[in-house]
Amino acid sequence: MLGKTANGLFWMYRYMERAENTARLIETGQRIALTRLNQTDDEWASVLKSGDCWQGYKSAHQELTRDGAVNWMLRDKDNPSSVISSVNAARQNARLVRTAITGDVWEAVNSAYMALKTALARKVSERDLPSILRLIRHHAALVRGVTHGTMLRNDEYDFARIGTFLERADNTARILDVKYYVLLPSARAVGTSLDNVQWETILRSVSARGGFRMEYGAGGGPKEIAHFLILDTRMPRSLAFCASKLCHNLGYLAAGGDLGSASRDRVGVLQNGLLSKSIDDIFDFGLHEFLQKTLEELSGISHQIEQDFRFIT
Amino acid sequence: MSEKPIFDEMWGDNTQLRDPYKNFNTWFDQEDPKRLRAKNREAEELFRLTGITFNVYGRSEAEERLIPFDIIPRIISGAEWAKLSRGIEQRVRAINAFLHDIYHTQEILKAGRIPKEMISQNEAFLPQMIGVDTPGDVYTHIVGIDLVRTGPGEFFVLEDNARTPSGVSYMLENRETMLQMFPELFSKNRVQRVQQYPIDLRRSLAACAPKMTTADPTVAVLTPGIYNSAYFEHAFLADQMGVELVEGHDLRVVDGRVAMRTTRGYKPIDVLYRRVDDDFLDPLNFNPESQLGVPGIMDIYRAGGITIANAPGTGISDDKAIYSYMPEIVEFYTGERPLLQNVPTWRCSEPDALAYVLDHLEELVVKEVHGSGGYGMLIGPTSTKKDLAAFRKKLKARPKNYIAQPTLSLSTVPIFSQQGLAPRHVDLRPFVLVSPAGIKITPGGLTRVALKKGSLVVNSSQGGGTKDTWVLEE
Repeated sequence: MLGKTANGLFWMYRYMERAENTARLIETGQRIALTRLNQTDDEWASVLKSGDCWQGYKSAHQELTRDGAVNWMLRDKDNPSSVISSVNAARQNARLVRTAITGDVWEAVNSAYMALKTALARKVSERDLPSILRLIRHHAALVRGVTHGTMLRNDEYDFARIGTFLERADNTARILDVKYYVLLPSARAVGTSLDNVQWETILRSVSARGGFRMEYGAGGGPKEIAHFLILDTRMPRSLAFCASKLCHNLGYLAAGGDLGSASRDRVGVLQNGLLSKSIDDIFDFGLHEFLQKTLEELSGISHQIEQDFRFIT
Repeated sequence: MSEKPIFDEMWGDNTQLRDPYKNFNTWFDQEDPKRLRAKNREAEELFRLTGITFNVYGRSEAEERLIPFDIIPRIISGAEWAKLSRGIEQRVRAINAFLHDIYHTQEILKAGRIPKEMISQNEAFLPQMIGVDTPGDVYTHIVGIDLVRTGPGEFFVLEDNARTPSGVSYMLENRETMLQMFPELFSKNRVQRVQQYPIDLRRSLAACAPKMTTADPTVAVLTPGIYNSAYFEHAFLADQMGVELVEGHDLRVVDGRVAMRTTRGYKPIDVLYRRVDDDFLDPLNFNPESQLGVPGIMDIYRAGGITIANAPGTGISDDKAIYSYMPEIVEFYTGERPLLQNVPTWRCSEPDALAYVLDHLEELVVKEVHGSGGYGMLIGPTSTKKDLAAFRKKLKARPKNYIAQPTLSLSTVPIFSQQGLAPRHVDLRPFVLVSPAGIKITPGGLTRVALKKGSLVVNSSQGGGTKDTWVLEE
């Protein structure tokens, strides 16, 4: 496979994952806005921060409003991480790697683009927001589904998966980091409604509310939430889960050889770090520091993969 | 010529339903126009979804457009096709022989059948190709011959596309779309298959691999990139053949071979189906500004390390000035009379011809010798006085730059319009594969149709559409 094609697959799936994550973040923000008691729009700042688009928003807007934040994250072309920018980038990459994906995958990405281009052509009213967010999730699921159902399990598939899980790990780490202070034992004020809402926000942002309730019933506090999202290998958006997937897919690519050994080593270190730690260790180290280190490491791994597999030169 | 009544391929000279259309017509008469209109919209949806789009040059927004598709097939009988394909094969054989000759001993010039300056002063002639031996002596691996029709048995060659003919993806996708929308039509008519084209293409290219190739040849398609107007087709063909789609920056010369950068290192390519023009192919040998090519590929090519399809320099054979010599070329190399006719052509470089053209401008079509895509041409009968005057000036300033032809009364085929069937002018581009193993012509080809009533311009860049083209089994 061409290095360029590996690069295209990697980014195509990163962007699809990002579009979905951004939609989920908006959904979370909207939910908080509807259930909170005070009248400020402060919550949107942390939503924008989680989506890594706070700086961009600030430089393009005078003030922080719900409409402004939703529009920026959903359909502003000046925001490279907005849903429409992400889906557009995913499709551009899909066109580039058209020969490496099946016709079904291409059509799913193309129809996602066409549907969302129409749906996001105009500002989205508060009333239409839920159905638009559902549409984004629906199309993302479709792309994931046909990928799973029609792609050969070869190098192409591995690069698609590596892109997906790097983006997802990055996203989960970011969401946790924006809210890390809510989870710290020192700031713990169990039972206040504020905390409950904040925790729920975190779980919702990664679609983990249902899974968490299933596991912990009505109980479970910040420590369990942190454990669930960082260390639980069954939770498909946890850092440990993503790291183990990265390990597997890089392993398949190497097929017992040396190929990509530098990236494999780095992911191995990341994974061991997660498997050997308890959540208390992480809290002792400092949750924020741990997440920052993880984000740096993920970005390092991304560059290492780019080099190992000759994405660019 | 323009006085003749227009020949309609379905209705002949407008009363008698022609044989190839009989089954189709029975079906059509029983169809509810409403259902057909719905199918028409469905076709457009299908095309958008599969992404069969092209980018229009000269527009600021890089917009992706659909080429309009018409659901009424163009139908050719098996006998008509057999005759046509004999003519096409003869012509393609002659073109390859001509190219080999012109880049070697130039017998045709020595025999005085073509003036020397037609070659030596022609921009399409590539001195870098002189004395180069191409594998199997094949120059034009893929050819598209543009044909027009004026009567039951009257076909003319309008143009030979011997550089990088495009449109074959439409031929294939049009058929795919028809099969999905009207499967019943294909049970009632025995239509010759076109779907084998990508496999044929891969085999044909592989058969042209350099002598040094030992294993299964590695084939790749070279595209200028995602913003090229035909990118969809490049990706489509690579995908259908199961080969890599590469750009210049994926390639580099490694150990005397042209190799592509894969995730596992550099891998040599044996046959490169390039969709990049000669001029951009190699910045070291041609245009030094080119970002689309591979530095040094021509040196590897000359040393027999790679096959480039089509060969560089083939443009000399489809140049519009050379076109007028095609009857001589066919006779010279095949020793036979041409089976396919040329459209009579005035070479404006010749004073007598120029005088005639200037006198009869309002009845002629005038084309740029190096132009393509229907740009820069004048259609006399439909032009205003002002257009004619402006063109007259251009002609006098650079007569060598132009040829002129009579306006043929092109045949029509019905399209499905709001008012039902309506005749529109068409042309036909059959696709031909050439390799040492032989010449293969896909039955049918791309039918382009001028959707505007009375219009003769079928180019997609100027409002033309396409149709599925059927060749019936005998």
